Amino acid sequence: MPTGFDAEKVRADFPVLQQFVNGKPLVYLDNGATSQKPQAVIDEIVRYYTTENANVHRGVHTLSQQATDDYEGARAKLRRLLNAADDQEIIYTRGTTEGINLVAHSYGRPNIGPGDEIIISNMEHHSNIVPWQMLCEEKGAVLRVIPIDDTGELLMDEYEAMLNPRTKLVSITHVSNALGTIQPVEQIIEMAHAHGAPVLLDGAQAVPHLPVDVRQLDCDFYVFSGHKLFGPTGTGVLYGKAELLDAMPPMYGGGEMIKSVTFEKTIYNDLPYKFEAGTPNIAGAIGLGAAVDYVQSVGYQAFGPYEDELLEYGTKALSSIGGLRIIGTSPRKTGILSFVIDNIHPHDIGTILDAEGIAVRTGHHCAQPVMQRFQIPATARASLAMYNTKADIDALVRGIDRVIEVFS
Amino acid sequence: MPGLSDLYQEILLEHNSKPRNFRRVENPSRTAEGYNPLCGDQITVYLKMSGDIIDDVAFQGVGCAISRASASMMTQSIKGKKLSEANQIFDAFHLMVTDPISEPDYDTLGDLETLSGINEYPTRIKCAILAWHTLRSALNDQGKKVTTE
Ligand SMILES: Cc1ncc(COP(=O)(O)O)c(C=O)c1O
Repeated sequence: MPTGFDAEKVRADFPVLQQFVNGKPLVYLDNGATSQKPQAVIDEIVRYYTTENANVHRGVHTLSQQATDDYEGARAKLRRLLNAADDQEIIYTRGTTEGINLVAHSYGRPNIGPGDEIIISNMEHHSNIVPWQMLCEEKGAVLRVIPIDDTGELLMDEYEAMLNPRTKLVSITHVSNALGTIQPVEQIIEMAHAHGAPVLLDGAQAVPHLPVDVRQLDCDFYVFSGHKLFGPTGTGVLYGKAELLDAMPPMYGGGEMIKSVTFEKTIYNDLPYKFEAGTPNIAGAIGLGAAVDYVQSVGYQAFGPYEDELLEYGTKALSSIGGLRIIGTSPRKTGILSFVIDNIHPHDIGTILDAEGIAVRTGHHCAQPVMQRFQIPATARASLAMYNTKADIDALVRGIDRVIEVFS
Repeated sequence: MPGLSDLYQEILLEHNSKPRNFRRVENPSRTAEGYNPLCGDQITVYLKMSGDIIDDVAFQGVGCAISRASASMMTQSIKGKKLSEANQIFDAFHLMVTDPISEPDYDTLGDLETLSGINEYPTRIKCAILAWHTLRSALNDQGKKVTTE
């Protein structure tokens, strides 16, 4: 059923999309890697640097006050986006990767010891694998991995069987970047909590598509990247429950994160500043705030069903191509169409599509264990955003026909 | 951008679908493994030397059309050659794919010239060159895993 969503109107807000690449209109289907930025975000960053640039939390002068207000105003927008209880639970980061590393360092190191267990899944991005491997190595803890089935869904029975009193943390992707599967996060969290284990959700691929309510989910940590949510690169958020964040030592020492320093003793600042040492990415944070405004003005309730329709359309269209196999076929998916074609390597698919002006990602998508699970070296991945259209999918299908023709 | 047909030429596609010397070598005198962490391409090159002559050379692994065809043509071009000649071919090939300005050494390169279009596709140069770096590692018997990064 058509949703009546006006994607063309949204598309018009994104200057990058209005260009030709290799002589063809750009068809941007690499939103899982990074999304494009609407004019409103670009303008806000220009406005900040043009009229307001100053350091935050430092000066008594007017510009510093304005910059601080906007920087903190963006934090409040992010708090509302996630429905967190308090602004102090929103920590600015450089992105998902830094958020996970911060939790591994500041929550993991004090709380996880020899023989303790951390649970992740078989469909994590490397950024939700490697920090835990490093922690396990250091502490003598054990990393346990929830297996997945052939459609790309978690085996929840195996997860249940894995939970035990030694489980100290569960860290799971909300939406898989390689497969598009939406995880049953409510259930995952409930089960972990029943065993006293906190849960971190990697929301990098979720926030651009799904409304997230951290209080309703009752998750303990939630991380995402601003650049995948139509915001600037080098921005992101770590949400943590205040009582957990309060008890955690800082990761970086420096300015901003202290209340007072003497050579005998340093008193750390309150949340969230304890975790924000040094001059932050002020323009980035303010730009991210503008991205949140933009997303909310379009509205999850409007673009969500539209994206579902687009995914269904794309799934049908790609499935009808002979020799093409979609990787990740759970009925609970968003945004991602990963595929392989018989006897044609994804890299070659990517190059030929690029010549047609179509941008997709090819490779292992920083998720090599998923590729190993499906016994493939790589996939080609089309990833959607709210500005994509059925015409983009049609162009992709024509592009794939061309790939097959070149190799026939 | 040049036409795709410059890149995916008939001869390249043919080497991709029927790669030459795509097998193991029994009792190889030297082997080396190569890996491109960006795309997961992986190759093993086997050499059988008698003195400084390359008696046999073969490869196995997974990769895109460009890396397979490049590896396949490489084995053809160096089989039966002296070590010094193989190194010369390596240098000519390396220059051709990485330097769009220099005139390729057609005499040394032979069929390998087919891959000259690759220097217009910076993202794919590593695909073409993986087998060659792996070969060089085997030739010099460094025996450590080669990566393109
Ligand atoms: C699921 C998932 N987690 C983590 C990341 C890492 O995000 P970033 O590179 O922005 O830190 C990504 C992005 O590629 C992702 O898709």
